[in-house]
Amino acid sequence: MTAETIGMPAQRLRRSLGTQQFYWLLIAPALVLMLSFYFYPLAKVLWISVTEPKPGLANYALLFTSESVQRTLLTTTRLCVIATAITMLLGYVIAYAMVHAGERQLRWLTFCVLLPLWISVLVRAFAWVTLLRSNGLINQGLQGLGLIGEPLTLVRNELGVAIGMVHYMIPFAVLPLYANMRTIDLRLVAAARGLGAGPFAAFRRVFLPLSLPGIVGAGILIFIFSIGFYVTPAILGGGRVLMVAEYIGVQILNVLRWGLGAMLATTLLVSVLLLMAALARVVNLRRLFGSG
Amino acid sequence: MEQLGQRLGLKRGVVFAAAWTIVLFLITPALVVFPVSVTDQRFLSMPEHGLSMQHFAKLMTSEDWLGSIWNSLQIAVVTTAICVAGGTLCAVGCWRLSSRLSEGVRTLMLLPIVIPSIVYSLGIYRLFVDIGLIDTVAGVVLAHAVTGIPYVVITVSASLANFDPRLEQAARSLGASLSQTVRRVIVPNIMPGVLSGAIFAFIHSWDETVIVLFIAGRSVYTLPRRMWADINENLDPIIAAVAVMLIFVTLALLAVELTLRARRARMSQTRSTA
Repeated sequence: MTAETIGMPAQRLRRSLGTQQFYWLLIAPALVLMLSFYFYPLAKVLWISVTEPKPGLANYALLFTSESVQRTLLTTTRLCVIATAITMLLGYVIAYAMVHAGERQLRWLTFCVLLPLWISVLVRAFAWVTLLRSNGLINQGLQGLGLIGEPLTLVRNELGVAIGMVHYMIPFAVLPLYANMRTIDLRLVAAARGLGAGPFAAFRRVFLPLSLPGIVGAGILIFIFSIGFYVTPAILGGGRVLMVAEYIGVQILNVLRWGLGAMLATTLLVSVLLLMAALARVVNLRRLFGSG
Repeated sequence: MEQLGQRLGLKRGVVFAAAWTIVLFLITPALVVFPVSVTDQRFLSMPEHGLSMQHFAKLMTSEDWLGSIWNSLQIAVVTTAICVAGGTLCAVGCWRLSSRLSEGVRTLMLLPIVIPSIVYSLGIYRLFVDIGLIDTVAGVVLAHAVTGIPYVVITVSASLANFDPRLEQAARSLGASLSQTVRRVIVPNIMPGVLSGAIFAFIHSWDETVIVLFIAGRSVYTLPRRMWADINENLDPIIAAVAVMLIFVTLALLAVELTLRARRARMSQTRSTA
């Protein structure tokens, strides 16, 4: 498009052909690696889901007949919806504060949001177990203060899993929400105030609608991340709260039911891709991921 | 503008108090592991009678833990090298071609970030059983590399988006060959993006837990694999010591990344004002 626009037509053609091939050559190593060691194995999962233990859609029928499969899917959906809703609310508050913060405060808020994002998911899950278990720091603290007699059950149940998930996801909500809110012209809110709207009315009728694309985009993104969660629910659920990813793991590693595991993995994959397609309609995906 | 800010929307004080409370919730887990790691008790707890470095000492003398750290480090370094080489070349190629097909390739490259690891783990487990790469360093490196390349493609694409294509034209018209242009003009300009990508790829491999649960186990026992087993089995305070060590490594890398990001922002700023 650029260098080739100058020069004689024939020369240009030859050069552009060579150049094209050269650039495809640059793409080739990564592409070949990804095709053979990422996309081919994924295709294998789809294949297993319709061929093992015997060819056909018998595995998919389990979605409608197996009680344990349905229970797992229900638990997963419930936890994901709850965790996404709470995450969005808390993330919105932080992002809202960030757009209204001075430079210094903004730097600290950004740092504190990014920090947990960078800490190993295992470390975070471990820290939550330390805090939440029955002889953990929170229960000891509350008992020490005489506020409770019996320790509260904060972990190895859905509450613990939800806490861990929300904690993990908040940074992922804040970043796109903040990116969207930064594009909102704050003078519009000031204008609404100047025209007599109260602080809450100005927020609800001007700022909130303008931030809606960010809310929808971040919400879908969070939901996508949460339905595939493995480590956090496994550790904080302590085997009692089985979300779909861990359930698949159990099928493969413990009971060796490949057909069922692959079917659920395929279902998970399809759900994620459908949600991505929905997300792509709302926001520019590449911008969301920070490139371009 | 600041005065205007005072009048905007909701009450500032309430919003900021709420925001900082949530931030406290965000950083609390990172903070609790510090006191727990220096506990004088044998079990997971706050220090009671004094501070003790016993768990760090145990960590530093445990062959199992040191072996896992070494294992993870080797895998992460090799993985990072592959990701940086493959991802950078791919991003440059896609950027320069910017045809429909190459855009498609770049979108394809984003998928491993959103597709849950558990789905991929099943497939790669089966493939590695078939070709004999189960429980080998090479196998783990391969699996980590293909899931890490997207991070490099993203960060390098981001710095290329700020890169003025006229610089490349200028180099070509001054007689530089294609490979010279890539080496001397493009690479130095996208270096911050490449380094950020390298850090992401390193952390990705260093932290990766789900895939190794499936494709490694006896002879390859990475650090996350050992932590996973330990957290699920006996919750020893030694994990708190490991966690503290990991947090320091992370903080160091985060500092580097923030510096790079600032430099990248400065570079694009000088360009747009020039």
